[in-house]
Amino acid sequence: MSSKMQSSNNIAHARRTVQQLRIEASIERIKVSKASADLMHYCGEHAKYDPLLMGIPASENPFKDKKPCTIL
Amino acid sequence: MGEMDTLKKEADGLKAQIEAARKAVNDTTMAAVASGVAAAPRVQLKNRKTLKGHLAKIYGLHWSADNRHMVSASQDGKLLIWDTYTGNKVYAIPLKSSWVMSCSMAPSGNLVASGGLDNMCTVVNIKAASPKTLRELDAHEGYLSHSRFLSDTELLTASGDTTCCLWDLETGKQKVIYKSHVGDCMCLAVSPDQNTFISGACDSTAKLWDIRDGGCKQTFIGHTSDINAIAFYPSGTAVITGSDDCTLKMYDLRADQEVNGYQDAALNAGVTSVSLSSSGRLIFAGYDNFNCNIWDSLKAEKVGVLSGHDNRVSCIGVPDDGLGVCTGSWDSFLKIWN
Repeated sequence: MSSKMQSSNNIAHARRTVQQLRIEASIERIKVSKASADLMHYCGEHAKYDPLLMGIPASENPFKDKKPCTIL
Repeated sequence: MGEMDTLKKEADGLKAQIEAARKAVNDTTMAAVASGVAAAPRVQLKNRKTLKGHLAKIYGLHWSADNRHMVSASQDGKLLIWDTYTGNKVYAIPLKSSWVMSCSMAPSGNLVASGGLDNMCTVVNIKAASPKTLRELDAHEGYLSHSRFLSDTELLTASGDTTCCLWDLETGKQKVIYKSHVGDCMCLAVSPDQNTFISGACDSTAKLWDIRDGGCKQTFIGHTSDINAIAFYPSGTAVITGSDDCTLKMYDLRADQEVNGYQDAALNAGVTSVSLSSSGRLIFAGYDNFNCNIWDSLKAEKVGVLSGHDNRVSCIGVPDDGLGVCTGSWDSFLKIWN
């Protein structure tokens, strides 16, 4: 690659970088306090439906090997 | 002062502007906000099933949307599809190239995809009379590190060529190419609403993309090494990343920054894989040191560990119904815990 082509590639890359940074700089941001509170609220609302958090009764556990019943 | 210098100055100025804007909303920490929340219970999950069948390192696993079947990929050159309730293998699909790095299953359960050092993504119809290759997606210039189906007609891939791509499975052609990373793309995750996806790369950044227009909307920095694993929080408003720098981070999309970090001075193994419980409260992270640590996502405390593998935990997944977690390892076994 000639050095002229290389430097125009570098410029093209630099222009794309600046364009991308302009997009990212322009977004709206909410406060971390609000973001954290919303995430906590989501967790709280969904916790009772989370089987790994609440535990799974043996009768409803599809992965638990069923022990054979012995009739005494 | 040439154009390059002007552009560099403008780029530096914009980076400083972004940093200042992030600082301006950084009014507290998640740890402080979560201090009033009850601690997650000490999580003691038992190994309920060990799926044996692969003959070499397992590199990927993905649960079916039916919460029962699962596909796994190994460098023994096979994709195996399991019925996890019985532990039986339902299909075995031989791969043209054994250097597989990832696999995925379509939400319909009809298709599976895999790829790796062959730079291709091969899509197989497993519901045909016998499993039949539907497409060989061949345009990436680097290895295929990850893939996820949006439907039976659209697939997202991440590649070592630093790009991600949306493929039309009806034509086998690229629909959208996502270019912005400057390092190998290692992982991707689709948002719950399927409008965006997030990618993690060896440039230590995670990027949020608009699926339809290909634009990069946000870039998340902070990691100091390759990001190997990424997952959306179930709310769709945050993402969790796992890195070779031995930490995980939570980035909030609306605050546009890191809001929590998960690390332990004693831990000096890279994170290979990450998955979340259905409420998002628990993070399951696989590490190079053969373990999987369980983190409380809000309080950033370790609340459990899954040990039992004899080699690196390379992949992890929780099914949509949240009823268990599966770990896949270089020891060739898959283990299901709950």
